[in-house]
Amino acid sequence: MNRIEPLVLGIETSCDETGIGIVRGRTLLSNTIASSMDEHARYGGVVPEVAARAHLEALQPAIERAVAEAGVRLDELDAVAVTSGPGLAGALMVGVGAAKALALALGKPLYAVNHLVGHIAADIVTPETEPLEYPTIALLVSGGHTSLLHVRDLTSDVELLGETIDDAAGEAFDKVARILGLPYPGGPQIDRAAEGGDPAAIRFPRGLSRASDLERHRFDFSFSGLKTSVARWIEQREQAGDEVPTADVAASFREAVVDVLVTKALDACASRGVPRLLLGGGVIANRRLREVALARAAERDVTVRIPPLSLCTDNGAMIAALAAQLIASGREPSTLAFGADSTLPVTEIQVAEREAVTA
Amino acid sequence: MILAIDSSLGSSVAVVDPATDEVRAQADSASPRGHAEVIGTLLERALDEAGVAPADITHVAAGMGPGPFTGLRIGIAAARAFATGRGIPVVPVVSHDAAALEHLAGDPTGAFAIVTDARRRENAVSTYSGLDDAGIPVRTGGPDLVPSSETRHIRRDEAESAGSEGISAISPHLGTTTSIAAGAVGILAARSIRAGRIPDIAEPLYLRAPDAKLPGPVKRVST
Ligand SMILES: [Zn+2]
Repeated sequence: MNRIEPLVLGIETSCDETGIGIVRGRTLLSNTIASSMDEHARYGGVVPEVAARAHLEALQPAIERAVAEAGVRLDELDAVAVTSGPGLAGALMVGVGAAKALALALGKPLYAVNHLVGHIAADIVTPETEPLEYPTIALLVSGGHTSLLHVRDLTSDVELLGETIDDAAGEAFDKVARILGLPYPGGPQIDRAAEGGDPAAIRFPRGLSRASDLERHRFDFSFSGLKTSVARWIEQREQAGDEVPTADVAASFREAVVDVLVTKALDACASRGVPRLLLGGGVIANRRLREVALARAAERDVTVRIPPLSLCTDNGAMIAALAAQLIASGREPSTLAFGADSTLPVTEIQVAEREAVTA
Repeated sequence: MILAIDSSLGSSVAVVDPATDEVRAQADSASPRGHAEVIGTLLERALDEAGVAPADITHVAAGMGPGPFTGLRIGIAAARAFATGRGIPVVPVVSHDAAALEHLAGDPTGAFAIVTDARRRENAVSTYSGLDDAGIPVRTGGPDLVPSSETRHIRRDEAESAGSEGISAISPHLGTTTSIAAGAVGILAARSIRAGRIPDIAEPLYLRAPDAKLPGPVKRVST
């Protein structure tokens, strides 16, 4: 196995994107994504069984497309990588079953890795950039997770500082979009509705930001109260017979989410003395979030890294990239005895690592 | 060599010689859960015990169900990925047909039903009548979902007289089938390849739409 610049195929099926990525060391060769998002639209959120069925249908063509795009042959691979968790159990299992069989068919080692740490590895295969410096704080925001991490070493030392205690930020966008009568997914819809709106028009609450909350939940997030507060504000307006200023509501809601995300991320940078912030996850597509993060980080001399959107949303390239780093750092492959772990903690960067054979 | 995989009930992997229909090795896990955990080890064991390398595999047979969704998918995903890795075709097989083949080995005549637990107080039922000239069980009905209460207490003679008509009236004189042998899946694949009749089953036989509720109107939060 080439341990310096390993050729790795990564399989990611933790939510609604079937991602197949191929990397050679730090070089991205293919990032193929088949999304079942449209199939979930009428349900207003990701339906696990619909997602799992779509993964099974998409997997084989996605692997073939990725291999063709990368211009490699499967038998040239040094390793196969797969997301073991966290994520939707039934969806993860499709990728796990496929990855094991693919690795066996090719006679190649298999690396089972952590999805959240994969989001950090996306930075490594971002074209035309210098490698990320460590330590860094990472803020990962999507429809499935909202996590703040302290990354001292990508392959061996990642600490969870905080995460959402109820809804993920992306979910909050979806739910508030529905309250405003807007379709799924809510992020881009809220963005459009917020155009021309005043982000300071309504002061919606910032979850877990009061002094009394900060003691226990300094780096945790909560968006469920915000959603309720938006609903209540609209109902009161309607009850009074007033028109609902949709643009102001959308802009003010978005501001509350963005404010709390950026405030806590920069607080983490300050408290850990880390002048670097890496953003990841699909919600990073939100332009207002990127703007506020960049502006406020600049005031505090914090460098912000944002991989391109195709590497921020769930994808297989980040899984392959993480495995390539694990291989380069000398880690043994995983055994075949692992499954899907929907709540895999971020400290488990690789699962089921085989014991090294000592001569 | 055919590699056969079925995870419609437990997990089963076999290597079958298509020249002789001989099952060279079969590795099983009876558990109705944990398919994703065991599938790799079972694949490795079956290949090992058969003394066959992945490069010797020419076809992958996949049990397409019916079976509970979550587990069923794992075997199909593994079959497709293995086939992609080797650049070889997947041969889909109805899992109930494999159970029927095993029953017919003992008694090649008569009508009978294969019944498997489909959870939620329903069974998946297929009816059969003998083997065709390719040695493949003749499925006269199903697979379909039938309420468990309708498939419980009926005797063999009733099953035989019900024929291909009302599946819901037929019963399992065999009782409920609780395991599918990948060896039988592989033999069926071999026979269908020989007969030039590879079934066109693109999707797993889920028999049920996904559980998904359309959202209702937005609920009020004010009191
Ligand atoms: Zn993600």
